[in-house]
Order: sequence, then C-alpha cells, then structure tokens
Amino acid sequence: MLILTAIAVVRMHSLFAVAMLSGVFSLLSALLFVTLDAVDVAFTEAAVGAGISTVLVLGTLALTSRFEKPTKRSPIIPLFVVFVTGAALIYGTLDMPNFGSPDAPAQTHVGPDYLERSVEEIDIPNVVTAILASYRGYDTLGETAVVFTAGIGVLLLISGFSRRRRRDDDDDEESEET
Amino acid sequence: MRHHLILRVITKILVGAIMLFAFYVQFHGDFSPGGGFQAGVIMAVAFILYGIVFSLDSVKRVFPPWLVHKLVALGVLLYAATGVLSMFLGYSFLDYDAFVPSHPSSGQHYGILAVELGVGITVTAVMVAIYYAFAGRPPRLSDEEW
Repeated sequence: MLILTAIAVVRMHSLFAVAMLSGVFSLLSALLFVTLDAVDVAFTEAAVGAGISTVLVLGTLALTSRFEKPTKRSPIIPLFVVFVTGAALIYGTLDMPNFGSPDAPAQTHVGPDYLERSVEEIDIPNVVTAILASYRGYDTLGETAVVFTAGIGVLLLISGFSRRRRRDDDDDEESEET
Repeated sequence: MRHHLILRVITKILVGAIMLFAFYVQFHGDFSPGGGFQAGVIMAVAFILYGIVFSLDSVKRVFPPWLVHKLVALGVLLYAATGVLSMFLGYSFLDYDAFVPSHPSSGQHYGILAVELGVGITVTAVMVAIYYAFAGRPPRLSDEEW
C-alpha cells in the first residue's frame, strides 16, 4: 500500500491530488508504526504528517499553481541516484540485528536500565514519557527550542516580509542592510 | 465556505471534542501514549479546522495573533523555568526531584507535567502561527478553481 501510494504521488501531475495522497501516505506509515508497537511515534505521525502538513501543503498550494510544470529532462540520472541510494540502504540493513532480537544494541545499552529504574524513580506507567521528559529532559528542551526557532523562522520569512513591504517602501533599503 | 452547511455544523460539534481530546492527550500522557508534542498538534488542528471552515478572521477573533506569538515563547520559557527553578532549589538543572524532596517520584510527576505543558503550548502556538502566516497571504487560486 505504501509503495502504491508513493508511485501514485510520483506519477500524478495534479498537485492537489499529490497533497492528499501524501496525507494518505503518512496515515499508512502511522499504521506501520502501530504494527511495530511504537504507538507514540504513530500518534505523532498521524497528527503531524497526515493532519498539519497536509493543511500546510494545501495552504502553500493556494499561493502557487495547481499543476506541476512538465519537465523535459530525462529521468535516468535521478532514477540511477535513487536506485544506488536505496541499494546502499538495503545493504546497510543486512548487518542490523533482527527486529526484536534481545542482542540488539537498543535492548542492551541503556534501555533495560530505564525500564527497571523508571518504576521506582519516576513511577509513571508510560516509560516513553518518563524518558522523554525526565531522563532526556535536556534533549526535549532542545527539541522545543527547535520548534520555537522553526516557528520564528517561518514567521520572519512569510508574514514579516509582507508586513514590511506594506508599511513603507522607503524603509526597505535600510532594513535590508541590517 | 459560507454555503457548506453540513461542514459548518459538523465542525461546530467536532471542534470541542478535538480540544477535549487534546487536553486528554496532554494530561494523560503519563499513563497512555501521547504527550506535549502530540497534544499541541491536536489542539492546533482544532483552531486550524475552525479557520478553514469558517474564516481566518473568525479564528483570529478567537485566538488573536498577538496571543499566539506570545505563547510561542511562553512554552519554551516555562520549560526552561522549570529547570532553573530546580537549580534554585539546590538540585541540578531539570532534576524534578527538587520539587518534592521527601517523595521524589511525585516531584517527578509535577516536573514532567510542567515541561509537557510547556512543550504543548509552544507546539500549539507555532502550528497556529504558521497556519496564520500561510493563510494570511492573498491566495492566487479562487474558490471555484479547486
């Protein structure tokens, strides 16, 4: 299903359909995450990937045109690059331990420590939350700062520019220097 | 979308439920999947849905842009302030044991609640701010072209 949707996204020329299909793609990968027992990730994927990004892509679409421009370049070189990258990635997975194997680095490094200690130290049933907010609190603070910076960046790029242009044309030269 | 009666009625019913679900995900994140990031996104979706179906102006009356921009920073500040507070109480940065020293695990509960709330506020505000920024520009496509 995932592959079919991806092929459809590539083949389509109507950008509206592409936006909708990428939402479908996100929803399908959320289902894949549920199958892998990563419910928190699936939750995020469904909310962010299928929900917000589709809306934002549609919002961008309203600002541009509805159909993709036809390209004249041959697709052979991009296709070659994609195949080589894909083959390298698949070759890389050959060395990885099987899914759920007890010897995997994910299960032997700090994972068991967190699982054992979080019950008495933090006393929260959802270990993901315990690790995210307490043991890895610094990282989550950093992530929040990233979200913050991204928001500020988008605001500066989109709304700040139009407001400045509307206010006064004479100010433009001064503000561009700063 | 003045002429879409069904959409408008359904949205009015759903927006409340979506917000309630966002709060559930936010504050029940300790016990079930979810947390600040997901809850923030769901909360933002409620506002964005309202904005799409009604109009940008009506959602801006409910959740004015100046408030959104303040909340973007408030969430990060709340998170960092939690860490600084624990430092003032004599523990290391973001060590939530500081809040209830006699019973460290409930201190952890309060700390996690505070930082998740900070994350949720920032994510909600950033998502809504980005939506305002995109939707606030005059579109090149008219409604009929869709």
